[in-house]
Amino acid sequence: MKITVDGKVLEVEEGISVLEACLQNGIFIPNLCFLKERERPHASCRLCFVQVEGMPTPTTSCTLPVKDGMVIHTNTPEVRRLQKTAFKLIMSGHPCHAKTCPVGKNCTLMKIAKFLGVGLGPKPYERLDREMPDLIDFGFMYYSPYRCVLCAKCIHVCKTQNGKPLLTFARRGFETIVAFFQDPLENTEEKCINCRACTNICPTGALVLKDTENVEREDEAQTA
Amino acid sequence: MKRYQEIKSEALKRLEQERADNAPIIRITMSTCARAAGAEETRKAIEEVLEERGLTAKIVNVGCLGHCYAEPLLIIDNPAVGFPPICYYEVTPNKAKLICRSYFEDGDPSFEYVLGAMEENDLIPPVTTFPRFSMEQRIVMEHCGLIDPWNIDHYLEKDGYASLASILEMQPDEVVEIIDRSGLRGRGGAGFPTGKKWRFARLQENTKRVVICNADEGDPGAYMDRTIIESNPHQLLEGLAICAYAVGADEAIIYVRAEYPLAVQTIRHAIKQAEEYGILGENILGSDFSLHVTVFQGSGAFVCGEETALIQSVEGKRGMPQHRPPYPVEKGLWGRPTVVNNVKTLASVPPIIRKGADWFRSIGTEGSPGTAIFSIVGNVKHAGLVEIAMGTTLRTLIFDICGGIPNKKKFKAVQIGGPSGGCLPEDFLDTPIDFDSLTKAGAMMGSGGMVVMDEDSCMVDVARYFLEFTQKESCGKCTFCRIGTKHLLNILDRITKGEGKEEDLEILQQLAEDIKKGSLCGLGKTAPNPVLTSLKYFMDEYIAHVKEKRCPALKCRALIAYYIDLEKCARGCEVCVGSCPVEAIFTAKGRKKAIDQELCVKCGECMAVCPPEYDAVFKVSPPELAPIVERPPDQQPKKASGEK
Ligand SMILES: Cc1cc2nc3c(=O)[nH]c(=O)nc-3n(C[C@H](O)[C@H](O)[C@H](O)COP(=O)(O)O)c2cc1C
Ligand code: SF4
Ligand code: SF4
Ligand code: FES
Repeated sequence: MKITVDGKVLEVEEGISVLEACLQNGIFIPNLCFLKERERPHASCRLCFVQVEGMPTPTTSCTLPVKDGMVIHTNTPEVRRLQKTAFKLIMSGHPCHAKTCPVGKNCTLMKIAKFLGVGLGPKPYERLDREMPDLIDFGFMYYSPYRCVLCAKCIHVCKTQNGKPLLTFARRGFETIVAFFQDPLENTEEKCINCRACTNICPTGALVLKDTENVEREDEAQTA
Repeated sequence: MKRYQEIKSEALKRLEQERADNAPIIRITMSTCARAAGAEETRKAIEEVLEERGLTAKIVNVGCLGHCYAEPLLIIDNPAVGFPPICYYEVTPNKAKLICRSYFEDGDPSFEYVLGAMEENDLIPPVTTFPRFSMEQRIVMEHCGLIDPWNIDHYLEKDGYASLASILEMQPDEVVEIIDRSGLRGRGGAGFPTGKKWRFARLQENTKRVVICNADEGDPGAYMDRTIIESNPHQLLEGLAICAYAVGADEAIIYVRAEYPLAVQTIRHAIKQAEEYGILGENILGSDFSLHVTVFQGSGAFVCGEETALIQSVEGKRGMPQHRPPYPVEKGLWGRPTVVNNVKTLASVPPIIRKGADWFRSIGTEGSPGTAIFSIVGNVKHAGLVEIAMGTTLRTLIFDICGGIPNKKKFKAVQIGGPSGGCLPEDFLDTPIDFDSLTKAGAMMGSGGMVVMDEDSCMVDVARYFLEFTQKESCGKCTFCRIGTKHLLNILDRITKGEGKEEDLEILQQLAEDIKKGSLCGLGKTAPNPVLTSLKYFMDEYIAHVKEKRCPALKCRALIAYYIDLEKCARGCEVCVGSCPVEAIFTAKGRKKAIDQELCVKCGECMAVCPPEYDAVFKVSPPELAPIVERPPDQQPKKASGEK
């Protein structure tokens, strides 16, 4: 089937989302929570908006199945406004410490900032503080709430690996975080160290293994 | 139909036997609202007085009549003496004893405590002379407060379950057709056409279908669904069974919040009774149709009222909304086609079947047929539950039916639709209440919460209150709602503290618009409504807060001050001194009192206690308007000087 994106006609397979179709064809749409394998898109980051002709408002492209003849615009002013607001909101709770961040140069957030032509700060919004420690000890790894963008990728891969997720969401509103539940009857730690699916997939370095290198880095971050 | 007739005539026979002794019947409201007003104690007092005096009368617990401002209510029905059934209001235990003694011993119905007679008669003005009774139109709440919710026979006596019996002889598609033609729209908030939803469910290939009744009711201040379940659970069950038959489901779940223990007990009992009568369960009324109804107790999160979050919660997961489509009717509970309907939607169904789609269409408006039920709270005389025809104006509802604003205050705004609704000013009082008009005005039908506010309400503070609620109840999933509403809340908080900046107003507006467009579920999409409507209709109040650091309603503590007018203060009166929790009041020249602004915490106690003949305490905004009176050294507060 064929869809038109920003004037370009693309031949795409049935059953995939507009986001996937665009990414496959080298058209970038900002996204943080999209995972191809997920049966139902999580659709939480609210960055992947596009405008479909005939629809009244922009729609998230990760939730939008391709339809033959669909005409899509990825860069209308309305789309960009929503994307920029969503991005700034995320950054208002995610202070960037580039020097100490375990993600380093390969940062998705930086890529999105560049693409949208905005900085890494939250202006005009203020920086938000959480009443929470910068690091939470998950036993063999650390979780840092301020880095986490709650994309739920870690929760998904954990469930896929284990049948049941050891990671899950906790709390509500702005205080929402990812929590870790160890089954006391199982030696989760050993299993987890061998698995590491969550730390591998986390796009923001919010979940990091506790090897010495990381611990030092985090200590620096704390004192910095 | 034959089986139904048998069940009904047995019920009537039982009731006849019960009433054979012609004993007077005392009905007492026993819903959660009445219990909160002391109905249990009143009932005990009645039992005692009957026992003491050797009087015979039957006490029957009924649900809520909707007149919550007058709870507990009592209806005494004693046809033998020639009185009509009489309704008494605010019946405290002592009043109950007095009423019973004079009614039963002296044959005097105690006119001073009478609200009205429940029937036309020559002796006592009937309740229908009050607009609060006569201007209501009851379809869903017709029997609420009048029948015993714990006795299915009472419902059967009112032709209950006759609609279910009659549709079992129709094709399911015919039932869907009737509901479709009636124009019934979902009462859970969004107003989606119910017939369309049911038809959509029937079209699904998967025939393992489920019906869920949504009784989560998380809006602060709303309690219609709870009341309906507590007052007439069988009408809901009948609607639920009709829905299940129409869409082809053999399983139904009633999702009630666990904070509603009485509703949970009542509905459980009703299900059990209906099963014993063969009205629910296997082979309903002798037909091939079977339905298993269970009750699921939700943990009470507001967002769990959203249908996809509700389904997640029944599946044992965290109640987080999912992107739609797929809609629950396509892929809902355990992946099965699921019809989710609100309590009021389902309870509207039996009367529609009995009286027909055209009858239903004749009530209400073209686009929103039928009635709307509101729980009206706030600054209004006759608060409580009201059922009115759609299309009634806000003015009629607030002023004519509910008696207007108490204490001679002026109307300021009405907040409709709970945290997802908007605040409408006086100019909108002539708006008809229906789904489309309210949405157009920027509010929402919502599930029926309505808060009336008088001139003392600060609209910035009201917006802040609702945002605090939504931020706390946001499931935390998506960016706009989780983080965006936090910013809105912070800004509103700042403004009410007098720390607002001019650019804040623009940020509020833009961000609110983006949250509305960008959020994943209805919670986030509607959360900005209180902000957007108050910005639109009460911009002058925002500007006063931001530019002049003034709260026009004199509500926001940081922006007001209290002072004592030395002209008016009575020499030597000391009443306010003791009321102040922080010893801020001292004696100034001429034994008059003054307030130490440094210490004052602005609780307003002194204003409340100052005797009306002096009325010397004033409240002003901005606080600089309060005249400063020097506190003499010999008048320093004891506590502060003693401690340090
Ligand atoms: C945040 C949120 C809370 C909701 N709460 C309720 C509720 O308490 N009761 C309800 O019936 N519907 C509620 N709804 C609407 C439901 O999602 C759903 O539309 C409704 O139950 C469908 O029933 P209806 O068609 O009979 O209205 C809520 C929606 C949202 C977005
Ligand atoms: S920890 Fe990482 S992967 Fe998990 S939700 Fe947060 S940002 Fe996403
Ligand atoms: S809008 Fe709010 S409640 Fe709805 S999914 Fe997003 S975070 Fe959750
Ligand atoms: S990628 Fe679509 S919402 Fe996150």
